[in-house]
Amino acid sequence: MGTTQSGILGGRLPLAEYEANFTDLHAPLDRHEALVAADRCYFCHDAPCMTACPTSIDIPLFIRQIATGNPIGSAKTIFDQNILGGMCARVCPTETLCEEACVRNTAEERPVEIGRLQRYATDIAMRENKQFYSRAARSGRRVAVVGAGPAGLACAHRLAVKGHDVVIYDAREKSGGLNEYGIAAYKAVDDFAQREVDYVLSVGGIEVSHGKALGRDFSLGDLAGEFDAVFLGLGLAGVNALRIEGENAEGVEDAVDFIAALRQSKTKADIPVGRRVVVLGGGMTAIDAAVQAKLLGAEEVTICYRRGKEHMNASEFEQDLAASKGVSIRHWLQPKRIAVKDGRVAGIELDYTTLENGKLTTTGETGIIAADQIFKAIGQTFEASGLGALRMESGRIVVDAEGRTSLEKVWAGGDCVLGGEDLTVSAVAMGRDAAGSIDRAFAVAQPLASAVA
Amino acid sequence: MADLRNNFVGIKSPNPFWLASAPPTDKAYNVERAFRAGWGGVVWKTLGEEGPPVVNVNGPRYGAIWGADRRLLGFNNIELITDRDLYVNLREMKQVKMNWPDRALIASIMVPCEENAWKAILPLVEETGADGIELNFGCPHGMSERGMGSAVGQVPEYIEMVVRWCKQYTRMPVITKLTPNITDIRKPARAAKAGGTDAVSLINTINSITGVNLDTFSPEPSIDGRGSHGGYCGPAVKPIALNMVAEIARDPETYGLPISGIGGVTTWRDAAEFMALGAGNVQVCTAAMTYGFKIVQEMITGLSDWMDAKGHRTLDDISGRAVPNVTDWQYLNLNYVAKAKIDQDACIKCGRCHIACEDTSHQAITQFVNGVRHFEVIEEECVGCNLCVNVCPVENCITMEPLAAGTLDRRTGKPVDPDYANWTTHANNPMARQAAE
Repeated sequence: MGTTQSGILGGRLPLAEYEANFTDLHAPLDRHEALVAADRCYFCHDAPCMTACPTSIDIPLFIRQIATGNPIGSAKTIFDQNILGGMCARVCPTETLCEEACVRNTAEERPVEIGRLQRYATDIAMRENKQFYSRAARSGRRVAVVGAGPAGLACAHRLAVKGHDVVIYDAREKSGGLNEYGIAAYKAVDDFAQREVDYVLSVGGIEVSHGKALGRDFSLGDLAGEFDAVFLGLGLAGVNALRIEGENAEGVEDAVDFIAALRQSKTKADIPVGRRVVVLGGGMTAIDAAVQAKLLGAEEVTICYRRGKEHMNASEFEQDLAASKGVSIRHWLQPKRIAVKDGRVAGIELDYTTLENGKLTTTGETGIIAADQIFKAIGQTFEASGLGALRMESGRIVVDAEGRTSLEKVWAGGDCVLGGEDLTVSAVAMGRDAAGSIDRAFAVAQPLASAVA
Repeated sequence: MADLRNNFVGIKSPNPFWLASAPPTDKAYNVERAFRAGWGGVVWKTLGEEGPPVVNVNGPRYGAIWGADRRLLGFNNIELITDRDLYVNLREMKQVKMNWPDRALIASIMVPCEENAWKAILPLVEETGADGIELNFGCPHGMSERGMGSAVGQVPEYIEMVVRWCKQYTRMPVITKLTPNITDIRKPARAAKAGGTDAVSLINTINSITGVNLDTFSPEPSIDGRGSHGGYCGPAVKPIALNMVAEIARDPETYGLPISGIGGVTTWRDAAEFMALGAGNVQVCTAAMTYGFKIVQEMITGLSDWMDAKGHRTLDDISGRAVPNVTDWQYLNLNYVAKAKIDQDACIKCGRCHIACEDTSHQAITQFVNGVRHFEVIEEECVGCNLCVNVCPVENCITMEPLAAGTLDRRTGKPVDPDYANWTTHANNPMARQAAE
């Protein structure tokens, strides 16, 4: 038996229910399903899906390889462009990327299931531990990568393949970055993020040093002095504050911490959740927090977003997913004050909003939603420290198309750079391309004395 | 309502859909089910001579190739003629015919190429009340190694001889089933006619290996690691069969010889096409073996509804209607000009027309117009080859539009000539020049 008792409690559900709730969101395709799904691909010329993929995976080719009984070759086609193709297959908002571009949408409003097919092929290759890449002869160059997230891992892998030695520094205990800490549990079951990290690192030549934070344990200058190049693939460690009354009450929490804790929990029964939960925000983080709060047994979960449905960063698919799990999404509501009782959250008062000449304003009316837990998912910030004279703009690192920063020997990619897309797959593309740029820079620089000798 | 009643060389059936001599017609149980489902007739699976029946392999008899979504496109078999006792078959045939007097029941026969063998079996078959016989000169596997089946069908003289015996020893109509495993189908058809056959039926199956197992390197279907060529049939053979039917239908020597069309008939459309090319009815096997007997309901309603829509009242109204339009290449109108046209509203922008034309043909379809993905025919380059139509996944998205006489053909820079002109009189034809001198 579970409980609907008020307050923030763990164990709201019987154990088996947690397991059922946090199972794979989409079951993997079996062989038959994969063949049927693959049959639908038209093998388009200069395929729109491929153009829509930030990592430019040759989608028609990998699907044809599945259709012709060559899932291993298919996986290589995927990994050639995106070494984290397994995770991207699980977390990419395909409905706004490759699958949105699929010509089958025009034909019959139902795209080829590209994401699930990608998972099918990559799962087989990873299950069989097929290693497609071996390292080029050791170049003698050493590169420091800061952040073991998607950008850092993709960069490190490509550098290792090119023969360079890589040391990755990460502030947390595990590698993976958001793949490990920032994705809803039902999207990466069975410890997939760690299995993928192992798969990526098995190429060799990559050393990971955990618990090391830039700005605390070393500076960019230190790295630039010690290594031949540095890649910054940091995540967004800061969280935007509400700046309203009651924000510090017990029960007001950051959604990202909640999501991270869920991922690190084995049973989920130990993750406390309120009976009535309000999530503030309109992006994927808000959806992930709200859906999982519901799955943990919260009786009422409400997402409040200060603009309209069409302005939400969360995709249509994600919004529908939330609705299907019983989350209500309310629009045009902006937090005004958190009601506190005995130091704990009792509810939230919100202003109704509207757009006036394109500017968001409050209408003067307010509403109150009773809540015992409030999650903030109103955006994250890059907490830069130890970066020295590195050029920043709007709180992010400025890079060129290849990922070069304002400093020689320093490249950057992923969420920490200006113009990032807040997507795993974009981070992978930036990390990969920066590795290519670093490798080219090495090639034109003076050969190492040791290499000459 | 169109009248689908069929009268084929005097054999009457309520519709023109017969089941071909094959596994579905091997015994009363199946044939009864077929008649209940609505089939107009059956050609009972081939009977052999009296004595110990043939034996079949005890492993895979069938092989196949598939299209998208594992749709069966081509099918082959290494099964022999009936492996049941002759008298069991005869008894069942008699009973079934008594149960279903309005349906056609034809006996397929294959006995050695000896007069006595045919003389012996024909009265036994006649006694069942069967409506006719079909001479199996087609089976390309197994029986042919014993001097029967296609071994007979490949020698016009043998065909003529056996047909003559049959006409001599039975009053039943004789349908001669032809093998496609020859170079010119007209030769065996002419021989059958010379022997006095009432009709021909075609095609029988085509020599084939459906695939090779890449683990064992055995051909498919595989029997203990080895394979033998089998008889190919199903949708994939339809174009071959249509051509052979048409060749016989338009051959002056066999013109008017009744034809029972066989080869990949899967839908009512296929049946209508065979009949348009001269077949009096059709025989079906693979479609039934793929989907069961119920498909005949689609065939009956489809044919009937199409005939109603087009105002055709009886099967005679459609039979042979396309035959006058089958000609030799040299008589095709070289002044006819068509251009591909892409319906932009139907286009899903897959780009296959472009890449097919660009890589393999005439560079006549754009990929971008003003920087936007847009597929459009470049009339200056389009030769009207139809490749884009065939590779487009959307039906009727690309169509071939004939240019009216007098319109400018932007490829040649000349107006379309209103007059018919063919190769026989073309300036580039050395034979034509010679004739002109």
